[in-house]
Amino acid sequence: MAAEAHAHDHAHDHEHHDHPAPNFWNTYVFSTDHKMISKQFLVTGMFMGIVGVFMSMLFRLQLAWPEKKFAILEYFLGKWAPDGVMDPNMYLALVTIHGTIMVFFVLTAGLSGTFSNLLIPLQIGARDMASGFLNMLSYWFFFASSVIMIASLFVETGPASGGWTIYPPLSALPQAMPGSGAGMTLWLISMTLFIVSSLLGSLNYIVTVLNLRTKGMSMTRLPLTIWAFLVTAILGVLSFPVLVSAVLLLMFDRMLGTSFYLSDIYMAGEALHYQGGSPVLYEHLFWFLGHPEVYIILLPALGITSEVIATNSRKPIFGYRAMVTSILAIAFLSFIVWGHHMFVTGMNPFLGSVFTFTTLLIAIPSAVKAFNYMTTLWKGNLQLTPAMLFSIGLVSTFVSGGLTGIILGDSALDINVHDTYFVVAHFHIVMGLSAIFGLFAGVYHWFPKMYGRMMNKKLGYAHFWITFVSAYGVFFPMHFLGLAAVPRRYYTNAEFGMFDNLQDINVLITMFAILGGIAQLLFLFNFFYSMFRGPKASQNPWKSNTLEWTTPVEHIHGNWPGEIPEVHRWAYDYSKPGLSEDFAPQSLPIQDGEEETGH
Amino acid sequence: MNGILIAAVLVLAVLAVIQIVRIYELSSVIREEDTALPTPEDNDRQGFWMLVFGIAFIASFFAMMYAWMPDTLGLPASEHGPQYDNLWDISMGIIIVMFLIVQPVLFYFAYRYRGTAGRKASYFEHNNKLELVWTVVPAVILAVLILYGLSTWSTIMNPSKENEPIVVELYAQQFKWTARYAGKDNDLGNANVRLIAGTNALGVDTLDAKSADDQVTPEMYLPVGRPVLFKFRSQDVIHSAYMPHFRAQMNCVPGVPTQFQFTPTVTTADMRKDADMVAKVERINAVRAKAGKEPYVFDYLILCNKICGAAHYNMQMPIVVVSEEEYAAWIKEQKTVAETL
Repeated sequence: MAAEAHAHDHAHDHEHHDHPAPNFWNTYVFSTDHKMISKQFLVTGMFMGIVGVFMSMLFRLQLAWPEKKFAILEYFLGKWAPDGVMDPNMYLALVTIHGTIMVFFVLTAGLSGTFSNLLIPLQIGARDMASGFLNMLSYWFFFASSVIMIASLFVETGPASGGWTIYPPLSALPQAMPGSGAGMTLWLISMTLFIVSSLLGSLNYIVTVLNLRTKGMSMTRLPLTIWAFLVTAILGVLSFPVLVSAVLLLMFDRMLGTSFYLSDIYMAGEALHYQGGSPVLYEHLFWFLGHPEVYIILLPALGITSEVIATNSRKPIFGYRAMVTSILAIAFLSFIVWGHHMFVTGMNPFLGSVFTFTTLLIAIPSAVKAFNYMTTLWKGNLQLTPAMLFSIGLVSTFVSGGLTGIILGDSALDINVHDTYFVVAHFHIVMGLSAIFGLFAGVYHWFPKMYGRMMNKKLGYAHFWITFVSAYGVFFPMHFLGLAAVPRRYYTNAEFGMFDNLQDINVLITMFAILGGIAQLLFLFNFFYSMFRGPKASQNPWKSNTLEWTTPVEHIHGNWPGEIPEVHRWAYDYSKPGLSEDFAPQSLPIQDGEEETGH
Repeated sequence: MNGILIAAVLVLAVLAVIQIVRIYELSSVIREEDTALPTPEDNDRQGFWMLVFGIAFIASFFAMMYAWMPDTLGLPASEHGPQYDNLWDISMGIIIVMFLIVQPVLFYFAYRYRGTAGRKASYFEHNNKLELVWTVVPAVILAVLILYGLSTWSTIMNPSKENEPIVVELYAQQFKWTARYAGKDNDLGNANVRLIAGTNALGVDTLDAKSADDQVTPEMYLPVGRPVLFKFRSQDVIHSAYMPHFRAQMNCVPGVPTQFQFTPTVTTADMRKDADMVAKVERINAVRAKAGKEPYVFDYLILCNKICGAAHYNMQMPIVVVSEEEYAAWIKEQKTVAETL
């Protein structure tokens, strides 16, 4: 009750608050309005996404035709691809920065930053984030971090190239590879700023959800999007600081000559002074963030999907409480499974057993989520919008990729597929594709809320189908490469006769990668075209129940022109018997003759 | 000049697409269609494509299995290998069954329940019995997989101590492998990177009596049927000794000793005669002949499987598994540390 009363007071204060006159700078650049910040995150994330995807197309060219010369490589990579032949160091740099950008800049900041910012205040019925100023700082730290990451691509010795997990000693010693020089320093600085951004954002999200819910919006009436964003933020707050410490100690080893991660090293003709450290310590610290990070990426996508599937099935999400419970269970388990990335580091086999046990447990809440999505579709009246297609695509990739997790989470089976293309296939499908599909679903679904216009559905359909087919076309065949023992991060497989019969698979994968990459132009075109020329949106185009659709189409500071609506029901009263419409906005009081369902 | 042309073509292409989209939008205004919301025809069409995709997806899954499974690793060559493969087959069998149930149902639902005008969806918000079923059933299946997996893991990681294993150090550096056999005493002498000098490339401590009979070799021979205990050491960055035919892998971490034990069960010569392997090598050599490369001959390999720098993609060493007698003859030929340093 206290929280609700507070929310009400806040709204009251707000109406009497004097705002500085809006001008270009405080509206579009240093805005404290969550809706504008959300767009800033989206557009920056999309730019980083273009860079990240483009890099993957370059290294896919190398993997499919390692012996061919490509003028395009020299055009973009300059001295790193003399005569159109890629330098092995540049190959490693491309996979490293591709991973970093996609995991952090696109699927963490781009996804969570965009939709947590847009939807948390709008769906819980708040005028803005708890702190608009911290929210603005969160974006600008992210922006600075992106600028530094991009700048690192242009340093003399090349960008960081030790893999996105930057294990020392490879990442710690510039003698080990050129990318571990200035490029790695910039990587570490960029990531530190990124983590600051993430923490400022997450704290804000948590405080806002807990304190600023409108009257009647109890925790059990929160849309699943908000549950997902809240739990994601908690995961971020608890795990990202550990990465800061890992990064800081790595900086000490690099700059001050400490030995946190280094010991007994002979490199470039001399024995180095480092003594007593352990690279395995770094791996523990990294994956203590790194595994929750997977769910920091995935949960918002699942939240978005829950909302999109329920709205477009015109049905309540099946098993709301089970969905919330499984989000919480996944989040809890995500903190005690990091060791499954380290089964072959020589850790105590008993410890490996514990991590196997906890890891495979995650399959249970994940299965519950998948089955609940499918039951939501069952007997629905599916409105197959592009957002809905991407959400169904997400359920498919979540299942396909999740299942191979049962193999990789098993310490015994991991021995022979660890770090092979089987792993690359697994995490790209379950985390990469699912999250990116969630991101697309979110953009198509909430574009009218963000820009007041509709995206073109025909282009959306074409975008979905080409993306969906080529996504599976890229990653499904990789399982078979893994089963043939092809290690990941190999510049070429041509040094091994045993892989020569697999080259056709690599060519096929690259063709799908190029097709899928080019298909994103459809999305970019649709996005920018619709932003300016798309048909004007109505207030609630998808006939959705959540509160954001009760705000006016034109954005105003404070979201609602008058009082914030009071909430009388949960977000999922679609096709409820006794109501004339097939939806019932959360602000609609319980009607006469309507059944009480306890939500 | 080319650049300007390409840019001009791109700009024109974008303009053309804009015009096409505008024409489409104007024509739908005339037909009073909505360009953003799905019409019943859209639902029909997209639902149909969902069904087609579902069928094509499952069909291509089987096609890939048929086409590419013969090119995967094949017969395991170590004592724990068949156990590993057995666990693999059971786990894979279960997930493939799940995959083949869930995916078709998902795409069928997307087709079957596609939106039609006038129909109302069912208000079905939860069902405890149903949810209990799909919590408990996966839990039971996973319990079985966990128990079986852990028992296999435990067998692999705690090999029986009945036969004394041959002790071999596998030494990793950017970008090659070196072996050090423990010699007659089967006990490796101390070594440290600070002792690396001249021909002592592994930093073997020559003052340690145990090191005198150690044998440093650039290749690795192993006797069939005898357990081998690998002790891994790296001098620079993390490497990973990946021996896929033996279902064996362990990281080599500078400053942190690691180990892995297995028993090779198939000699290199026998593996070369294995029918599946012969067929696979033929396919490989057909590809190589086209590219004008030398024919490939099968060998067991150690591959580096942890990113370690520029030539990570070419850090390999063959393992030759031979009979006990051949091994005895080979190891006798190898120089000891006492002889070389």
